Amino acid sequence: MMAGANRANALRTRFLFWLVLLLSPYSSASGFDLNDQCPPSFALSSDNQCQLRNLYQLYDSLQGQGLGGLKTALPHHRDGFSPQQIDLGRLLFFDPVLSGNKDLSCANCHNPAKGFSDGMARSVGASGQLHPRSAPTLWNSAFLKSLLWDARADSLEQQALGPLFSELEMANTPEQLMANLNQVDAYPELFTQAFPNSEDAMVIANITTALTAFQSSLISLNSPYDRYAHGDSKALNPEQLEGLNVFRSFVARCSQCHTPPLFTNQQVAVIGTPEPEGMPRDIGAQATFGAERLRGGFKVPTLRNIALTAPYMHSGRFATLREATEFYTKGRGHAVPEGEELLLHWHISEPNLTPSELDRLVDFMGALSDESFMPEIPQQVPSGLLH
Amino acid sequence: MNNKIKIVLVIIIFAGGWILGSNNNTAPVITSSMGGASYSGGYQPEAQAAVQAEGAVALRTEQGQIHLVKDGDSIQAAVEAAQPGDTIQVMPGIYSETVYIDKDDIHLLGVIQEGKRATMDGLGKLNDAILYSGNNVVIENFRITKYKGNGIMGQAGNNFEIRNNVIVDTGIYGIFPQLGTNGLVEHNVVSGIEDAAIYIGMSDNIHVAYNEVFDSVAGIEIENSRHAIVEHNNAHNNTGGILAFVTPGLPIKTTEDVIIRNNFVLNNNTPNFGAPGSIVSGIPAGTGILVMAADDVIIEGNIISGNKTAGIIVNDHSFATTITMDVESDPNSDRTMILDNVMLNNGYDTIAEVKAVALTELHTGLVDIVHVGSSEGSCIVNRHRYRAVGIGNYGDCDFTNTDSIDNYLVAGGADRRVIHPSERGEIAYLGVCTGCHSYTGRLIGPSVQVIQAMYAGNPEALVEYINAPVKKRDNFPPMPAQNYLDAETQMAVATYMLALEK
Repeated sequence: MMAGANRANALRTRFLFWLVLLLSPYSSASGFDLNDQCPPSFALSSDNQCQLRNLYQLYDSLQGQGLGGLKTALPHHRDGFSPQQIDLGRLLFFDPVLSGNKDLSCANCHNPAKGFSDGMARSVGASGQLHPRSAPTLWNSAFLKSLLWDARADSLEQQALGPLFSELEMANTPEQLMANLNQVDAYPELFTQAFPNSEDAMVIANITTALTAFQSSLISLNSPYDRYAHGDSKALNPEQLEGLNVFRSFVARCSQCHTPPLFTNQQVAVIGTPEPEGMPRDIGAQATFGAERLRGGFKVPTLRNIALTAPYMHSGRFATLREATEFYTKGRGHAVPEGEELLLHWHISEPNLTPSELDRLVDFMGALSDESFMPEIPQQVPSGLLH
Repeated sequence: MNNKIKIVLVIIIFAGGWILGSNNNTAPVITSSMGGASYSGGYQPEAQAAVQAEGAVALRTEQGQIHLVKDGDSIQAAVEAAQPGDTIQVMPGIYSETVYIDKDDIHLLGVIQEGKRATMDGLGKLNDAILYSGNNVVIENFRITKYKGNGIMGQAGNNFEIRNNVIVDTGIYGIFPQLGTNGLVEHNVVSGIEDAAIYIGMSDNIHVAYNEVFDSVAGIEIENSRHAIVEHNNAHNNTGGILAFVTPGLPIKTTEDVIIRNNFVLNNNTPNFGAPGSIVSGIPAGTGILVMAADDVIIEGNIISGNKTAGIIVNDHSFATTITMDVESDPNSDRTMILDNVMLNNGYDTIAEVKAVALTELHTGLVDIVHVGSSEGSCIVNRHRYRAVGIGNYGDCDFTNTDSIDNYLVAGGADRRVIHPSERGEIAYLGVCTGCHSYTGRLIGPSVQVIQAMYAGNPEALVEYINAPVKKRDNFPPMPAQNYLDAETQMAVATYMLALEK
């Protein structure tokens, strides 16, 4: 209880701090000026780039792939953006002006208060369209080599184009997006600050660069689990520790795909979760790779901050982490409808986990939460549309 | 069969016999494996020539404390009490627990008294017997039985030695080091395993020697790993004896540079009892050595006998219909190198797929070697010795032995990343402290400037504080202890923080 109260206090203090900062007379005439300092966890280089620093940089990993056990380096990451680009990305991320009807910002579906997800089984687009998939967290997306549930984007920049121009999401068009931004007094100047070497700074490519810069600053690597990994054997409570041992056991086999330290091996896996009632089977990565063997396959998601991002699975079929965990012990293919041919992943087995082992797994996943580098949430955005 | 096809086949067979028969007067060229050229393509031969590693874990220059565990005590309690450098000795008795070693440089040794061993018994309920993630871990002399998962499992620990263990009827894998560099697995007796008795997964620089593996689905498996030597093992009565392959869909994509030499690979005809969907469930009973999508595999000096499907099967991913698709995974077995082996009575009751390949070459009867699928740069020595199919494009090897290579272990152990103290300080300050402290002004905790004023010139005192913080300011939340950082990192971050200028 004490820890919770302290945490609430800490967050309140932090909020007040940012509020004070926001109200302080540092803004330009437009009311917006871009931060010239890197976010926490980043070092500012002499050429104005923010370089990520984290404790996992003290370690190595096999073949430099960032997979292993406790003291293992992370996978390759994106960084090297300027403080101004990160800050512009932050303003754009929260600005509904990016959607076709100026009603929906990135943060609607990737809400910082909900683990950068939206708390819904399936997300809802700018004019109320129901998306077939669930919004994934953005924490630690700097480390991902492919994006989107079906792994069809190779970079954050490419990924950003998806939601911006998807009918089901922000439902914008490139022309409309530029027209929207041009109507906002502050943006041309902010783009020039962030991209001083661009002749024409306010272009789609720089929008996606700025969004990438901001998203790759969302770092969550200081959870209780991390303190255990770095060397404090008391950082996990007995239930969480028991859960860790079930998690990495070869009976549950969770860590075979949700491999530390990122808690994903970044591969596509066909696990055969049920779709919501009435929804046809989402073929997932089959479409991306044109491969029947990947029918119903999705990218293994990170489990960092997983306790904050219910409901679970690509179409949000499971309301709680306990239900999502239980899926794996109910039998290989138990939720695959008759007549549906899926080549299930070899680690989908029959582990026969006990109810108490399922509880401990949930306890352990709770130890993967860390929001200590929560970015500042703007009280207002350049368009004035935040509400 | 259609009559026309039958007639055509008979004609082809006769013609083939005539052509082969016409070569019968030429004496075969016999290449001696004694004294010929040795393999030079493996792991860093220059470095190896200079220093051959004796083992995977460097010998201790000073011995730490010895923790004695007696029947009725908890092994895990001893692990928790141990410091890096310590040894845990476990007396004969029954221990039903999961032991996990999340620290470096621990030697966990069973004590054998008049043949009685420290026995870990999972009672059919417990998951794994021993898990380790630390570096420089040694595990010896246990008897392990009735666990649901693995006997001994490593996750990313480097420099490990697993020896002299007896593992009987234990779940999925007997011994499974994963994602580690530089390990030795020797003198273990492993049987009754539902997947692989010894499974090297996604690892580098591995030596598997002098083990007996039997009554399991796979005897020894080298999967998505590089620079491995498998020698002097006895793999008998499994479904498949020794396997080197790439499983697609894993994050580390290659198997390369594997030497399989001087093993007994005998009578691996046990019906496959692998779990449905598992990779090994597709292995046909009667497989001696299997190479699938692995590159630079050398097979030398083995006695391969009585394996009913084939002595050696080399294939690619298209042969395996139950595995996933992975665009990043090269499906072919390239540069398979088969040197002299003793092969007897293999392929006497083979499967339809092998028969089909054999038929295309008019081959009937026993099958020592079958290669299916495309392959580049493969070679063989004394090809006339073997009943082989599918090796028409194998060249003659330009070497006859691997005598120049003792092992692929890393002398002195895998290197640890070297971090300069200032870099270490910056990593810890930015990676952790900046969540609560900024240089000027209050964030959650006081500013760095305020801290500098209190501890100027005294990083030791700051280290003491962050190890066990006490609440100093009424309107500030208490600071969490930073005692998970090691002493070196604590001093580095304190020094770094006190020297910060902005």
